[in-house]
Amino acid sequence: MTSDKKHITTPLTEEVVRNLRAGDAVLLSGKIYTARDLAHRRLVESLERGEKLPFQIQGAVVYYVGPSPAKPGKPIGACGPTTSYRMDPYTPKLLSVGLKGMIGKGNRSPAVIEALKQYCAVYFAAVGGAAALLAQRVKQATPVAYEDLGPEAVQELLVEDLPLIVVNDCYGGDLYEEGVRRFRKEG
Amino acid sequence: MAESGNGCQCREIPFAQVKETVARLCIEANCVLGDDMVRALENGLKAEESETGKEIFQQLLKNQEIARADMMPICQDTGWAVVWVEIGSEVRITGGALGTAIQEGVAKGYTEGYLRKSIVADPIRRKNTGNNTPAIVYYEIVPGNKLKITVQPKGGGSENMSEVKMLSAADGVEGIKRFVVDRVWRSQANPCPPIIVGVGIGGTFEKCAQLAKRALLREVGSVHPDPFYAQLEQELLQEINKLGIGPQGFGGRVTALAVFIEAFPCHIAMMPCAVNINCHAARHKSAIL
Repeated sequence: MTSDKKHITTPLTEEVVRNLRAGDAVLLSGKIYTARDLAHRRLVESLERGEKLPFQIQGAVVYYVGPSPAKPGKPIGACGPTTSYRMDPYTPKLLSVGLKGMIGKGNRSPAVIEALKQYCAVYFAAVGGAAALLAQRVKQATPVAYEDLGPEAVQELLVEDLPLIVVNDCYGGDLYEEGVRRFRKEG
Repeated sequence: MAESGNGCQCREIPFAQVKETVARLCIEANCVLGDDMVRALENGLKAEESETGKEIFQQLLKNQEIARADMMPICQDTGWAVVWVEIGSEVRITGGALGTAIQEGVAKGYTEGYLRKSIVADPIRRKNTGNNTPAIVYYEIVPGNKLKITVQPKGGGSENMSEVKMLSAADGVEGIKRFVVDRVWRSQANPCPPIIVGVGIGGTFEKCAQLAKRALLREVGSVHPDPFYAQLEQELLQEINKLGIGPQGFGGRVTALAVFIEAFPCHIAMMPCAVNINCHAARHKSAIL
């Protein structure tokens, strides 16, 4: 995976998503949005009330991250992915209104994997804990919404060559399942 | 040395010194990975067969280099501050209470070190306390006139994969092995493998959980002093690494870097067992005053 990484840019189009397969190494550039537990609850509550979301969701990629505070002169602090399953209850709703990609770590629910196929979207993993390395790929961070949530606030990040791995593609492929099956020893 | 009213020869340690030490340990523990863990990651890279897994190890080694050089947290989840205190019975803190000095030290370290504040004041209403307090503190009174403080930042992702089970004596060593290996299997990628597995056996319900957490303070590469438990640790490590979960759960040979067991005397009716999982950033720093 070191040799042939795919370069992709946001907003993601259906064509780009259809070209990605579980196990692909990807370098992502462009604008992405941070959102985790409480931010997800608020986003979905907004949709249920018929309100507009605080960012353009069509083709958007959300990053499940609660960064540490930025030091003076730096755009962001350490910013590795948080565990994704906590966002599962909210994800199909966001996919239904145009979300195209998510970055996190760990397995997704069957309902999310099904919704990725239905709405043609993709789930990426960033390396959990590689937070100082990932911070170097973030060039700019701008607050967007929910600043009262502290580390859970929504920010727009401008990223350059963020190293990711495709876990769940839009065809039902699942790297966690396939990878573990390949290396598991019985007995 | 100062003589107190009852004739005790007490060594005095100023409140401010404790507070400053705790603040420094919070920052160092979060930004500088221990040499034992760096060696463990290097060994993991050599042992891993999966290409994706090797890439993960390379990213993690690079990550800790950047963190150390820039004094940036290794992981954005700078954790609960779990503080282990061994206080000599001949030590007295002057100018304030020990517990207050520790809490103020954590608040200072997390604020001045640009560490993430992850603690909410209430588990349901969830308002952030703003300075990562309260810390979880465990006190032990020991003989002597020294104060040893260890700060162990513990991330939420791996903590959520931990569990206590009230096994019975009849479950035996096989029951313990089944429970520990199954707990890791059900965790998959969530605790950020390669992991360190802390196992507590014996004591009461809450004691065995504390033992499992304390086991995570062991130096990676160290061998249990009791050959029986040293062998059980090795057997558990082998069983876990047969699971194939691999670095970050993408499949591979190295799921865990170490298994550490702490055992404690047990009631005739009980055999509790706790598993406390740590990610690859098994962070802790100590100071002796």
